[in-house]
Amino acid sequence: MSETRGLVAHHFDDAEQQHMSSYLGMWIFLATEVMFLGGLFAAFAVYRYSYAEAFREASRHLYASLGALNTAVLLCSSLTMALAVRAAALGRRGWLVGLLAATMLLGLGFLGIKATEYYLDFQEHLVPLRGFGFAYEGADPRRAQLFFDFYFAMTGLHALHMLIAIGWVGVVALLAWRGRFSAAYSTPVEVAGLFWHFVDIVWVFLFPVLYLVG
Amino acid sequence: MAQQTATAGKHIVSLKANLLVFGALLALLALTLVAAQLDLGPLNGAIALAIAAAKALLIILYFMHVRFSGRLAWVFAAAGFVWLAIMVGLTMADYVSRGWFGLLPAPLG
Repeated sequence: MSETRGLVAHHFDDAEQQHMSSYLGMWIFLATEVMFLGGLFAAFAVYRYSYAEAFREASRHLYASLGALNTAVLLCSSLTMALAVRAAALGRRGWLVGLLAATMLLGLGFLGIKATEYYLDFQEHLVPLRGFGFAYEGADPRRAQLFFDFYFAMTGLHALHMLIAIGWVGVVALLAWRGRFSAAYSTPVEVAGLFWHFVDIVWVFLFPVLYLVG
Repeated sequence: MAQQTATAGKHIVSLKANLLVFGALLALLALTLVAAQLDLGPLNGAIALAIAAAKALLIILYFMHVRFSGRLAWVFAAAGFVWLAIMVGLTMADYVSRGWFGLLPAPLG
């Protein structure tokens, strides 16, 4: 007990209560994220239902193979993150730093593939922004444009979350490198992991919803 | 004893369990790609969403430790998704049914 006392802030009874507060607090934040991103999913569902044909046709212009590859990359990153949390709980500092670095690299790989995809979309005139020359050859360009509005808004917001997650894991990796965590105290690693896995889950839904509707 | 107190409330998931969950996630990804190749009409979307939900559940329960963190954690983790289900459910109930019986014009026609 004396060993852990210094690690427990004075307003907590013990290490377990302190850990649970962080864990549940992060879940409250994730619930707000579910509502925030869920609003976009709900709006997409309405238009996907109402403009079914145009959305199906527009969806076929996306690179489903790159989307699938990115899903695999993110699932790998979730594994390395889960193993990093495990390494932290076991007090294995070397493994922890290595696995966090691997997680960041996979996250950067995801963003690289996503950027490649955006570039290909741009070359095909599918970016619905002023100055990007949106031009669509299909049957219903105005409704198709709405699909691409959703596609870029949702994947763009997700990419922003990825950037934040990579930065967050980077900070945690730096702290781990400096020896700030031990088997007795590794809550920040776990909380960063929760965010990382959440961003992964968002993509797990984005992929079928956007890429596989065709 | 000190060690036990320190790690209390923190469940360490075994390496094997982590790898099994990862394998299941990859298998589900393969399944969703195969299912997308088949033409099942309106079932396609339902299957893709069901597989995504299964993947999310695996990640939440094992990678995010909800399965090992007690009932309170289940409530906290479920809350956001339950409210989202209500929002999407009621919204779609409106849009899907409004054209029925010719009572109201279908929205966004």
